[in-house]
Amino acid sequence: MNIDSILDALFPRGHAVTVADQVIAGEATTAAGTVTVLGTTDAAAIDHRIALTLARRVIDTAELHPGRPIVFLVDTSGQALSRQQELLGLNGSLAHLAQCVDAARRRGHPILSLVTANAVSGGFLSFGLMADRVYALADAQVRVMDLKAMARVTKIDHERLVALAASSPIFAPGADNYQRMGAIEAIWDRPDAARLDSALAELAAAPRGEDRRMALGWERGGRSLAAATAAAVMAAPPAA
Amino acid sequence: MNALLSRRRSYFEATARARVAGLLDPGSFAEFLPPAESAPSPHLANLDLPGAFDDGVVVGGGRLAGAPVLVAAQEGQFMGGAVGEIHGAKIVGLLRRAVREKPAAVLLLVDSGGVRLHEANAGLIAISEIMRAVLDARAAGVPVLALVGGSCGAFGGMGIVTRLCSGVVMSEEGRLSLSGPEVIETVAGVEEFDSRDRALVWRVTGGKHRYLTGDCADLVEDDIAAFRQGATDFLAKWREPAPDLTRLRADQVRLETRLTRFARHRDGLDVWAELGIPRPEEVPLLDRDTLVALKEGLPA
Repeated sequence: MNIDSILDALFPRGHAVTVADQVIAGEATTAAGTVTVLGTTDAAAIDHRIALTLARRVIDTAELHPGRPIVFLVDTSGQALSRQQELLGLNGSLAHLAQCVDAARRRGHPILSLVTANAVSGGFLSFGLMADRVYALADAQVRVMDLKAMARVTKIDHERLVALAASSPIFAPGADNYQRMGAIEAIWDRPDAARLDSALAELAAAPRGEDRRMALGWERGGRSLAAATAAAVMAAPPAA
Repeated sequence: MNALLSRRRSYFEATARARVAGLLDPGSFAEFLPPAESAPSPHLANLDLPGAFDDGVVVGGGRLAGAPVLVAAQEGQFMGGAVGEIHGAKIVGLLRRAVREKPAAVLLLVDSGGVRLHEANAGLIAISEIMRAVLDARAAGVPVLALVGGSCGAFGGMGIVTRLCSGVVMSEEGRLSLSGPEVIETVAGVEEFDSRDRALVWRVTGGKHRYLTGDCADLVEDDIAAFRQGATDFLAKWREPAPDLTRLRADQVRLETRLTRFARHRDGLDVWAELGIPRPEEVPLLDRDTLVALKEGLPA
């Protein structure tokens, strides 16, 4: 599904969103009023330019429209892979983007992500996963690495990984695995304005700020160890 | 000088536990969830891989120059310091504890290639949780300082986490980046990045380069005592600022300006020349103090 039909399906009340050089930016009308729409398309590899363009838009929104919700549309194949990008510290630009999203949240902007196609590694970490809530379309690819590449790197048989993946959400690609582990709120079978409106309404009414993903992962049976481990570290007797 | 050299204990070669012991005031460290009270990763066991009772990260509390601090130290010698479910949750728990306990600082001794592929989804989500938790600790007024000087460097999601900290103290041997040179070589070819050219790898990701471009606050010798001094000095002058847009806008302008200025460069040598260093080819040979003096003399 192309980005124009996704935008039309999500924002039938109207939108002024442009797509240029794989960056989505603009605003749209929802039941909750005007929202800022940002993101990437065509499996963008996030480089300095994209990260800084998104970061600037987040800062602009926080400065000009206090409290306005931000909707991220996520389609990224990960980070750009080049020596020139690393020379200037791509990790720093991705961290800056993440910090801008976090600052907007602290100032009261509800932040929601929808994975429209791909959500991979560093590209996903820098903005999509920084949202209060993340949703995904049913055919979205959410992953760190596909199983064939993982088999090659870890030197574990591909067949074995496939067999294990059937019973464990811990390493295999898939939005459903991320949902079980607490990082994705729900999977939508199609882009739909009614769902987006109700997700924004729920988010506006919910207490925000606390990262509940560990607790959700435990409740949903996808991450059985993380919540208890973090709690044990918090409860350990203090140093002398 | 020889006596000094002989007393030096390499940070690069030390284990996570030895780094913590040498960094903090003697005898002050108490580990939270020590190996006797925890279990290895069942996800590694499912793949018939050996685990570690601490899952490759040591967390606890102690004192640095008398001030209470919380510490997480990744063990690069176990699975490349990579973040799995338990490993990540220990760091998140430590940072959440910092929000409650308000120590003078949290020290993150980063030595990691990023996500542990055998637990890829759990590792990626854990790194996202660490990112949020670092920013929560900082918003609560607790500085979070990253130390980078281990054999695995700070790569992948841990490279992002490192740059979310209040500051970074690095050694020349430390490496800080996103994608590892091997990954770039595999995907883009050896002409793009020859991962076996160690000098090139350090000119692109190493401590001296990151120091010259302002991505780390201080450059220290590869010596545990030097990291201790660097961390103490950084924290003595650092006041954690409240999260605010003015500072992010200033960062934005600085990063955009830098991207425009250096966009065509592909080697640290070109960047250093552009910064005004007269003989960039000599940078890899300079000792720490000479390099620091050189940087301080550069045009602003």
